[in-house]
Amino acid sequence: MNYITINNQHSVQVNTIPEMEYDMFYNINISLLEDHPERHCVLYFGYRETKMIRLICCIADDIQHNIMVSSSIVRSEAVLNSFSAKNLSFERFERELHENFGIDYSDHPWLKPVRYSEYRIDKSKTIKNYPFFSIESEELHEVGVGPVHAGIIEPGHFRFICNGEQILHLEIQLGYQHRGIEQLFLDKTKLIQRTTLAEAIAGDSVVGHTTAFAYLMETLSGTLPGNDVLYSRTLAQELERIAVHTGDLSGICTDVAYQLGSSVFGRLRTPVINFFQEWCGNRLAKGLIRVGYNPFILNNVLAERLNSILDAFEPDFIEMNGELSKLPSSLSRFERTGTLKYDQLLSIGTVGMSARMNALNRDIRMSHPYGSYPELNHEPVMKHHGDVYSKVQIRKQEVLQSISYIRQWLSQIPQPQPHPQPQPQSVTLRPDSFAISLTEGWRGEICHAAVTNKNGELVVYKIKDPSFHNWLALALSVRNNEISDFPVINKSFDLSYCGHDL
Amino acid sequence: MLSIILILFTSIFFTGIILRTKSITSGRKGPGLMQPIKDVIRLFKKGAIYSETTSIIFRIAPAIYFSTVFMACLVIPFGSYKGIVSFDGDFIFFAYILALGKFFSIISAMDTGSSFEGMGASREALYSMFAEPAFFILIGSFALFTGNTSFHNIFSSLHLGSSITYTLGGLAAFVLIMIAMIENSRMPVDDPKTHLELTMIHEVMILDNSGFDLGLILSTGYLKFAMYGAIIADFFIGGLSFFWAIPLFLIIQIMFAVLVGIIESFMSRFRMNHNPQFILTLSSVSFLIFLGVLLVLDKFV
Repeated sequence: MNYITINNQHSVQVNTIPEMEYDMFYNINISLLEDHPERHCVLYFGYRETKMIRLICCIADDIQHNIMVSSSIVRSEAVLNSFSAKNLSFERFERELHENFGIDYSDHPWLKPVRYSEYRIDKSKTIKNYPFFSIESEELHEVGVGPVHAGIIEPGHFRFICNGEQILHLEIQLGYQHRGIEQLFLDKTKLIQRTTLAEAIAGDSVVGHTTAFAYLMETLSGTLPGNDVLYSRTLAQELERIAVHTGDLSGICTDVAYQLGSSVFGRLRTPVINFFQEWCGNRLAKGLIRVGYNPFILNNVLAERLNSILDAFEPDFIEMNGELSKLPSSLSRFERTGTLKYDQLLSIGTVGMSARMNALNRDIRMSHPYGSYPELNHEPVMKHHGDVYSKVQIRKQEVLQSISYIRQWLSQIPQPQPHPQPQPQSVTLRPDSFAISLTEGWRGEICHAAVTNKNGELVVYKIKDPSFHNWLALALSVRNNEISDFPVINKSFDLSYCGHDL
Repeated sequence: MLSIILILFTSIFFTGIILRTKSITSGRKGPGLMQPIKDVIRLFKKGAIYSETTSIIFRIAPAIYFSTVFMACLVIPFGSYKGIVSFDGDFIFFAYILALGKFFSIISAMDTGSSFEGMGASREALYSMFAEPAFFILIGSFALFTGNTSFHNIFSSLHLGSSITYTLGGLAAFVLIMIAMIENSRMPVDDPKTHLELTMIHEVMILDNSGFDLGLILSTGYLKFAMYGAIIADFFIGGLSFFWAIPLFLIIQIMFAVLVGIIESFMSRFRMNHNPQFILTLSSVSFLIFLGVLLVLDKFV
């Protein structure tokens, strides 16, 4: 075997991962993905091992429910054949490798920087001297937006090349939010520091990222979380999905200037996130998820409260969606706007909701279930048009689906187990191990992976937010659309800047 | 004299009513009716900041913009009472003095050299160009109908006719409301509330204006609304006495403002490339009025 097959949230010894020459590594991974739409690369990264760089490639198989891991060791000054030439979903991973280790590729389409991090190998390159893609033309014009966002959300630079009102090309340059989170995971050794870091990866996916982190730490340390821990995490995950999807629907309505939808969805979101406040003291669910134990038990009083919140939420939500899908002026903005084809989505490795908008089935809850999902037999919501309206409908149906899941769970609250100690101050990680943890945040697949050394210390902590792949989907989807439709297309993806920039 | 006083008076609370309507329909209390005027007063107290790339055009444009709209208000009569200025063909003066103001606001936006403002300017120019035939066919039909070419004479002779004038008045009110929405860059053509430069039309043209200049531009917008409201009211008040005419004028203005608020609350903005179609539709409604006038006057051979 040229790769080792592991399951989601399992760890293996690093030396059991087959190590091979780069050419073989290249052929195996490319052939694994070729003509297998059910497989996609969840993580491809490298780290320094003495003077060399070890590359690890993880390919998930949605039908076999497992992950195929292989590795190779290369020199940093090596010039390699690029995976991206065969499979575009590696494009950003290889840019990252080029940026951090100086590995060069002979046939990579465009080795543009991912971020302007202080860990990059060539420090002479900065955003100030970055050569943006441009076209010599009298007829076309360039529009640069950002990095300061008009709605003061997060910084990112968007450069459009337009023919009048029509967008021909969009270049998205990110990296302004880079905080060096992956390095901080290694520097901060206390468990609570690392947990807090995981909560800060992306403020809108606190549950998603912290859950991924917690499972990763648990599998690396051999802790087995109790049933009630899994239960609260899964419930919190679905609750986060409801809250953010509803907030996004409000944002989409704002961007097409539909005031009624904007204010009603905005109002509906509030009680849901306020429930997190009641549950754990933070509206974004910070503090709710801890490694190995459950600090905030969902008791019957809270369960009843949540039930009544959902009872009030659901009819209004359904009514407002009915209004929205009956309104011709909204439909004319949503339909056939920002369309992506199945083949495009597949080739660039789109994940999550953005993939499901055009029949590409990517849902970790179904393909690599974790927590309480294995008992659920989750059916992902799929649409087949790939436009803004598909994403609106996915949001609506996923919210209703999550409500029904939560209702089902609330009728069977597990008995809280008396946890052995209040909260573990630290966990002992297995030495020389590799582990990977996938969760399905509201945006899509969140991937965390870690490698430990012989003393059980972290040598690399790798995070992949769903936005990592999906930003390219946004850039492609706006082509040939009107520039004035960009805001609504952007909002329908609602990608994370800080999740990408780390 | 009376008309300009009433226009100035209604312009004070017109935008306040729109905002209040929108707040109430979205379940909020909303700001007071005077808030827009308070904002303008606040801005008038401030100095302006000018970008180094701009020229004298950028500095004089807000004042020209304001004064053109103010001059346009002067020709508007109040029922059977003349406006301050009234002469044959004054509706042409009205249309082109407004166009002059618009021209200056467009070149001042281009003057900043910003790609956003250039985009906004091109959109604004395009939509005004499409709206122009609608206005001229409309007023031209009434000129033909009444045999007069000044606002005052058109409106004062309009109401001596039969109930057909009220039908035409209703259609004319629709066209004028829509022209007012386009000229003021409101929904469904433009969204005044958005923060997204890429979708803006008017708002993006004034991104670089600040302080006193911005105050002038905002107050011009308020004045423009009240001005179009006054023309609409003129179709209905005709020869009524003060006692009835003034309340009717105010009621029509308030209804107009509430209508704008309701349109903005319960619909989405048009897709940008649907706007020209929509605006051209107005010309065809104007043309309908023109055919109606021809029918009434037995001009068909």
